[in-house]
Amino acid sequence: MQPVDNAFQEFLFWLLAAVTVGCAVLVVVVRDMFRAALLLIASLMSVAGIFVLLNAEFLAVVQVAIYAGAIAILVVFAVMLTRDVPEANRSSPIAPAAFTMAAVLLGALIYSIMQAEWDLLPEDVPAPLAAVFVDTPARLGTMLLNEYVLAFEIAGVLLFAAVIGALALVRER
Amino acid sequence: MGDLLRENTLYGNIYDWAIGIVGEDLAWLAYTVAVMAIILLVVNAFLAMGTLYTWAERRIIGRFQSRVGPNRVGPFGLLQAIADAVKLLFKEDIVPRAADRIVFNLAPIAMLAPSVMALAVIPFGQTSYLANLNIGLLYLIATSGIASLAVMMAGYASSNRYAMFGAMRAVAMLISYEIPLVMVLLAVALLAGSMSLVDVMTSQAIPFLLVTPLGAIIFFLAISAELNRSPFDITEAESELIAGYLTEYSGMKFGVFYLAEFANVLLAGAIFSTLFLGGWPWWTPLSHVWFLVKVMAFAFIAIWVRSTIPRFRIDQIMVIAWKVLFPLSLVNVAAIAIEVVAWPERTLPQLVIMGIINWGITAVATVAVTRAWRASNGLRVSPSARAVRLEVG
Repeated sequence: MQPVDNAFQEFLFWLLAAVTVGCAVLVVVVRDMFRAALLLIASLMSVAGIFVLLNAEFLAVVQVAIYAGAIAILVVFAVMLTRDVPEANRSSPIAPAAFTMAAVLLGALIYSIMQAEWDLLPEDVPAPLAAVFVDTPARLGTMLLNEYVLAFEIAGVLLFAAVIGALALVRER
Repeated sequence: MGDLLRENTLYGNIYDWAIGIVGEDLAWLAYTVAVMAIILLVVNAFLAMGTLYTWAERRIIGRFQSRVGPNRVGPFGLLQAIADAVKLLFKEDIVPRAADRIVFNLAPIAMLAPSVMALAVIPFGQTSYLANLNIGLLYLIATSGIASLAVMMAGYASSNRYAMFGAMRAVAMLISYEIPLVMVLLAVALLAGSMSLVDVMTSQAIPFLLVTPLGAIIFFLAISAELNRSPFDITEAESELIAGYLTEYSGMKFGVFYLAEFANVLLAGAIFSTLFLGGWPWWTPLSHVWFLVKVMAFAFIAIWVRSTIPRFRIDQIMVIAWKVLFPLSLVNVAAIAIEVVAWPERTLPQLVIMGIINWGITAVATVAVTRAWRASNGLRVSPSARAVRLEVG
């Protein structure tokens, strides 16, 4: 049973895509820093929506937990440290350079996405592949602690070092 | 997508009924109807319960404080909540001139939305959960993260110093207590071998409260802080901050914040009873009632704590989160990880052995923390506070 048919999925995709891009543009345009931060979060959240559409619920939930839960708070606190929050999001001297850079990156992304040969799944996913989608977190966990355990541990050490560094920075002498 | 809900019998019935009317070609219409019906039912039942709970809390807290509590409107004052809602609706809706109007209006919605969203994974009774997500616990963490953003929005948009202070305190507290909370959830996921709330519940041959008492205690303390309730209610400490981030809110916007706060107690109760009290499996026909009883028991204890323990200071709250709950939650996770490796089947006798070990760890940890606490004078009253107390007393 697939009650959400393809047309509806497509509609949802375009809706989410519009929200993502629209919010991202507004982040740059809006003058109020706080609103810009909130719009950035809205944009990231609708990316989570697109992940759900792609059957990647785990990724979607992680996206919300990390961006809306952690990064958002960090960004908002950083905004609080800015002076003149309601007017702070002005154009800056590096705006043209930044715009050029972003345009080049966007162009490169679009080009590579159009050129790439996507290894698309067939309409009816074969059983061994379908099993991957059923229990993503368990498979991710197994892989992280078996095949990729070194990378996992390195990431852990890096984060630990960052925590120690943060503590050392704020420590009163 | 879509068939996530199939395990819910009520949803299935509505869907089949709707399919009977519109036919297979319009399956999406039947799907929409069934989903909307079930959402309407669950959300409204939850909010109605939250409303009723405000009355219960006020009555019970009245008892604790040797007074009567609201008893005028309706039998036993049961309709008090409705009277309050009507009053709030008729109040003037004031938005401060300096406020960021859009964010100010969005904040109450952003506050209530996560608690409603979290309902999706709560198993209320047999076959009455909305979605048996295999990432249920993670989903709960993700939704609760949005609430701290809502607090920040409210505090900033009010452009009021007290609101800002309240919001800053709230966020500092929320993110501090999220760490022990997540560590406990990790331990529970290890113990159950799954992040799905339904699996966590069914894997409890004996309630996890007995298997991992330390985890349950940490969870209770951390969730009390997440709920902004006394003794952790520094965010709206009336005597210091007027009403914290709620200061500038009036009318129904205040009502929505208020409702979210009380409904969250019920939600926390539902999560607690799913994770630690074994949820509904007892006698299937009465599973909903049994679940509700457990939620009520949690709510009662929350009210009890609220009315008994005075408010902590912000520094004490930080000390409790970082120096007490965080190390204890690490110990808890480590212990359970080792036990799960030692007894991977998690059958009833194995759970009993785990429980005995964990009770030992809990006792040792409690004693050790108390000693360390006394040695470092963790809760010592600061000299200025003592001076104030001497003047008053």
